[in-house]
Amino acid sequence: MHIYANPARFLKIARPLTAWLGWSGGALIAGALAFGLAVAPAEALQGESVRILYVHVPAAWLGMAGWAAIAGAALIQLVWRHPLAAVAGRAAAVPGAVFAAICLATGSLWGRPTWGTYWEWDGRLTSMLVLFFLYLGYVALAAAEKERGGEGRLTAIFGLVGAINLPIIHYSVLWWRTLHQGESISFVRGTSTIAAPLLWPLLVSALGFSLLFGAIVLMRMRAELARTKVEARLKRMAGP
Amino acid sequence: MNPWPFVIGAYAIAILATLILTLSSWAAMRRAEAEAEALGSRK
Repeated sequence: MHIYANPARFLKIARPLTAWLGWSGGALIAGALAFGLAVAPAEALQGESVRILYVHVPAAWLGMAGWAAIAGAALIQLVWRHPLAAVAGRAAAVPGAVFAAICLATGSLWGRPTWGTYWEWDGRLTSMLVLFFLYLGYVALAAAEKERGGEGRLTAIFGLVGAINLPIIHYSVLWWRTLHQGESISFVRGTSTIAAPLLWPLLVSALGFSLLFGAIVLMRMRAELARTKVEARLKRMAGP
Repeated sequence: MNPWPFVIGAYAIAILATLILTLSSWAAMRRAEAEAEALGSRK
């Protein structure tokens, strides 16, 4: 892992990878959403509103995956002091917050025709809203700590502590059986209760959004590394 | 209840938000790297 601690070595890999992830992710998303919107069959009980799941489920997955990435980066930063870990954590925060917001908004639009309400203080919905607020806190804390010239340790600790919300979101549908449906896909057991014609566009959409998410994180990491380089250079030029 | 306005609304929100996020991240990266490159080439 430490061989990538060198920003120059990281950039050598990140530059071609950004374009590859971005274009392949974009193509998969376009194909899956076109298929999900126009070709996939309607579901017996939910009808046409099931099509919302092709954007809602990948957004929910990435909202949670974004914080898992923040927590992983925080651990690497605090334990191994990897110089790029703090950059990676900060780079995942805004995309994670955007996808958590997309999840909440599209879930609300799915809830109205399906449940008859835009919002319910259900365990899954509430814990997802808490995740969105945690993202806002993380972004504000990271900006404040960077402005004060800190190393980002406080932000990393916040990222690690906030990860406690991830199992709460995951198990919320089992602990509090209220409105949100239970688990439909289990990667651990390799099972799914979703019929194949509805499932595969969902998986392709999730893969496409995940690849694009990776590209966005790389873009934001490259931007921060370039800004740091400029700041360091300007400091050297202004020095005695 | 007609579900199509909700379906179209959800797709519009997801696609627009993803596009804005991607393009703003790409523009910020291009700007920062161009600035770093310009500064690096100065003597």
